[in-house]
This record gives sequence, C-alpha cells and structure tokens, in this order.
Amino acid sequence: MKAKRIFFKAMLFLLPTLAILIIFRLIPIIYAFRISFYDWGIAGPKAFVGFSNYIEIFKDAKFWQSLMNTFWYVLTVLPGVIFLSLFIALLLNQQIKMRGTLRTIYFLPEVTSIIAISIVWKWIYHPRIGIANYVLSLFALGPFRWLEESRGIFEMMVQHELPILLKGPSLALFSLSLMTVWKSLGYNVLIYLAGLQNIPNHYYESAKIDGASKWQTFRHITWPLLSPTTFYVFIMTTITSFQVFAPVWMMTGPPAGGPLGTTNVIVYYLYDMAFNYSKYGYGTAIAFVLFLIILGLTVVQKKYGEKNVHYE
Amino acid sequence: MSIMNKIKKNLPKIMTYTVLIAGALTILFPFFWMLSTSLKTPIEAVKFPPTFIPENPQFSNYADAWQKVNFTRYFLNTIFITICELVGVLLTSILAAYSFARFNFKGREFIFVSMLAIMMIPMPVYIVPGYMMLQKFGWIDTYYAQIVPWLANVFSIFLLRQHFKTIPNDLYDAAVIDGYSDLGFLFKIVVPLSKPALVTIAIFTTLSSWNSFIWPLVMTNSDSIRPVQVGLAYFIQEQSTSYTLLMAASTFVILPLVILFFIAQKQIVASYSRSGLKD
Repeated sequence: MKAKRIFFKAMLFLLPTLAILIIFRLIPIIYAFRISFYDWGIAGPKAFVGFSNYIEIFKDAKFWQSLMNTFWYVLTVLPGVIFLSLFIALLLNQQIKMRGTLRTIYFLPEVTSIIAISIVWKWIYHPRIGIANYVLSLFALGPFRWLEESRGIFEMMVQHELPILLKGPSLALFSLSLMTVWKSLGYNVLIYLAGLQNIPNHYYESAKIDGASKWQTFRHITWPLLSPTTFYVFIMTTITSFQVFAPVWMMTGPPAGGPLGTTNVIVYYLYDMAFNYSKYGYGTAIAFVLFLIILGLTVVQKKYGEKNVHYE
Repeated sequence: MSIMNKIKKNLPKIMTYTVLIAGALTILFPFFWMLSTSLKTPIEAVKFPPTFIPENPQFSNYADAWQKVNFTRYFLNTIFITICELVGVLLTSILAAYSFARFNFKGREFIFVSMLAIMMIPMPVYIVPGYMMLQKFGWIDTYYAQIVPWLANVFSIFLLRQHFKTIPNDLYDAAVIDGYSDLGFLFKIVVPLSKPALVTIAIFTTLSSWNSFIWPLVMTNSDSIRPVQVGLAYFIQEQSTSYTLLMAASTFVILPLVILFFIAQKQIVASYSRSGLKD
C-alpha cells in the first residue's frame, strides 16, 4: 500500500511539531475551557460553577473598565501607527539620499526589548524631572503628570469634568499609546514601503499625462491601491494592541494598572486575577472573552475590510 | 540660476528631508537620553533643567549595574534558551514544511489549517492551563518550561513550505535515482537551497526568544533560571536603584540585538518586509 506508506512517512516528519502543538497548545486550550467553568484556586478545583464565572464578568465593573481602557488604547494607537507610518513611507519612497540609513533608524525601536524601553520611557515621563516636561516647558506647556495622571485626555483639553464615556483615555494610558506608536512605527513603514513598491509605475505615468496633482494622485491611485496593506496594518495592530501587557506591568502603578485603574487593560486584569489572586477559573474565563472579542474583530474586519479593499 | 530660484525649485525636497530627519531624531532621542543618563552621577541625573551631555561620564555605572544583580547569569540563561529554541525551531520547521510540501497525504490541508487556527489563539488563553500543566510535569522554574513549549512555530512552517514548493520535482526524482533518502535529499539539497527563508526564520526566532517576557515571568521563580528580560524587570521593580543604573542596565540589555541588527540589517529588513506580504 503506497498511500499508506506515504501517510506514515508524512506523519513521521510532522511528529515533532504535532507533539508540541498538541501538548502545549491544544490540550491547554481545551483544559482552559474546562477551568473557566470552575471555581478554581491554587489548590485545584473547588466547585463546578457552570456559567457563573462568565456571568460574574459581566457584572464586574473592573472588567468593564479594563475593556474600555483596552479599547481606548487600541483606538489611540491605530490612527497614530497607520497615518504616521504611511506618511513616512511616502516620504521615503522617493529618490532621496540616506534612504537606507533613515529606514534603519526608524526600524531600530522594533528590535529593542519592551522591558528596557519601558523603563527608558518611564524616565522620560518622570512627573517632576522628566525630559518630556522639560521639553514642553520650553514651549510654555505643562508640566504634566504623565503616567500618574488619571484624568482623561479629552477632559484635560476642555478643562471640565465629562461623563465617563467622553473622558477619553487617561493621560497615563495615552502615554503608553505614544510609546507604542514610537516602537511600532518602523515595522509598519517597512510594510508600507513594500506595498508602495508593488504599485505598477504605469498608473503614475498615466496620472502625470492626465495632469493630476500630487494630492489627486495620492487620493485616487496610491491610497486605493494600498488598501490591502492598510488592511493588514489595521488588523495586525489591532490584534497585538488588544494583548498589551508588558508596558502596563513595567510602567504603571504601584499597583500596576493605576492610577485609579485607568491603565488596567484586559490582559493585565486576567494576569492579576489568575496569578496575584489565584482565581484561575475567573482569569481563564476573561481570557476566553478576550479571545471571542479578537475573533469577532477579525471576522468583522475581514468582512467589512474586504469589501472596501481595492484589489487590482 | 539665482539662489532664490534654486531654493524654490528644491523646496519640496528640502521639506522632505527636514521632516524625515526631524522624525529620525525623535526616534533616536529616547536612545540618546538612555545613554546620557546612564553616564551621569545620581546628582546630575536629577538636575532640572537637565544637562544633555554628562559633565563627568561615569562609566563605572555599567559595572555597578551589572554586579547589583546577577546579569552574567541572566545573559547566559537567555543565550542558552535562544540557541536551543533556534536549533529546535529550525529542525521541527524544516521537517514539517517538507512533509507539507513533498508528500500528498489524506488530511494534509485539514492538519495545516488546524495548525494555523491554533497559532491564532492568543497566549493569554493558554497561559493559565499551561502553567498548571508544567506544574504537573514538575517543570516550573526549569529551562524546559522556557524552551520546550516554543519548539514548534507554525509561521516558520508556513514560510518554509512556500519556499519548498518552488523546488522542482525533477530534482527529487534525480536525487532518488542517485540513491538519496528523503532525509538525505532534504538536508543535503533542499536545505542549502533555502538559505534566505531559513535566515528569516532564524531572525524571527532569535528576536522573539531574546525578548520574550510574559511566559518566563510566569513560569520561573528563582533568580538562577531567569532570562535577561525577567531579570531586568525584577531589577527595576525590586531595587530602589537610581535611574543612572537602570539606564545603564537597559543599555546593555538592548545592545546585543542592536549590534545584531546592524550586522544583519539587510536580511532583517528583507525578512520583515516579506512577513507582511505573507497573505
């Protein structure tokens, strides 16, 4: 039996990968599903509780706050990353000297460790002696309390108290977004540069013949033809931003997630519940809610995004 | 042409350069500030308004930070873990990608798509049960816990499979006639032909292993087993150290990868550009 022998051989080659994925991914994921239906502490399962972990999540004000913080974080990172990286890529995509050097500089933060970078930015944001406040003071701005500021940024702009949904992210959370944009800019510039190089030159030549202005060329040729790239940047940035953890752990508080829980994002919250409070069942249930949100976003983005993506 | 006209003609260029260079300086500034602070005395570091160039560079800050906690050990741990992961991931990915590219077997697409789906599930979902399972294995606080779960990588398999598919069947047939086994063909002919893809995988694996944080944070307790990222994080949290030493420590934690980046810059940039086009 030849087919059988080939199957056997193929499985043999796949064995190491399959073994690791099954033992360290598939089984834990199934196990996680089970844990989420238990009151599960450090000593093991205490009681089967059905859906009550999930029901508790929906009554948990702290969970809703962490969800809102996460949304604000994603919503502030996204436009920063997309527009800045596209802008830089457009500038770099010309006949200019030092193109390679500039691209390298923009990319540099991407290869650095988030832990080391977090502490550098915490130092930059120091409320009393930080360089950020010093630079702003030269323009007669500030001083700000950055990572210690719990007021929403919109609230600070209008200098008036606002209802909870309109406050915007706290300045502390916004400070984390700024750092994230700085760190992930270079990678997305590269992706946009690759996208720009895929646009056939004859489009630009015909635009030139038709006498299109620079803005018209961008609006009607570059932007629509870049939509697959923008779509990719959008999805990847959303998915990774939803899982932000290390900067919160490193830069905020004590206790982390502060001030007043305004930087408590969803992954930090589940880490806190599981590993600081040993509420494994509850923590895992939060993880599944996060998973469903990410899954839902991917599906929605795919459906909506694909309709608006312009393929050649 | 008068100077005014020259300037007018080149105005868009000048603006492009101004914006790009200003942007690049903004990107570089945190690194500059880290280096600057790392060389200051504690007194100079807290001066306000601050000085940009240290008045009296304190190179001893580096030695002090290094000795405050066991950075030698942390670095050795990270190097060991990274090398193991690198060799392991390359090996498992080469074998799996070959299986997908070469053999036509029942359930091939199903297995491949399932793997991709598993890879999509975010780590926070399996970190709690992963911890419990490693506890049952007795692996908490060991190198195994930090290495073994990461020895398979679906993204690498995906990249390599695409590459292996481009290798013509004739080559395989000729190799079989020459008496090569599948393993012989794979490692003596296919692998040498796949260097760029393998370099890409090596780069991504090294970066993610060197910089991984949340997994080793949860899976380790003792100082002697910690990788450098977790070591640095605890150094920052536990020691009420002054910022001069923290910046010195950040500098030497960042430095190895920055050096690697400058050495392998072309390959790294190409790898990342390629990764975005994977779908």
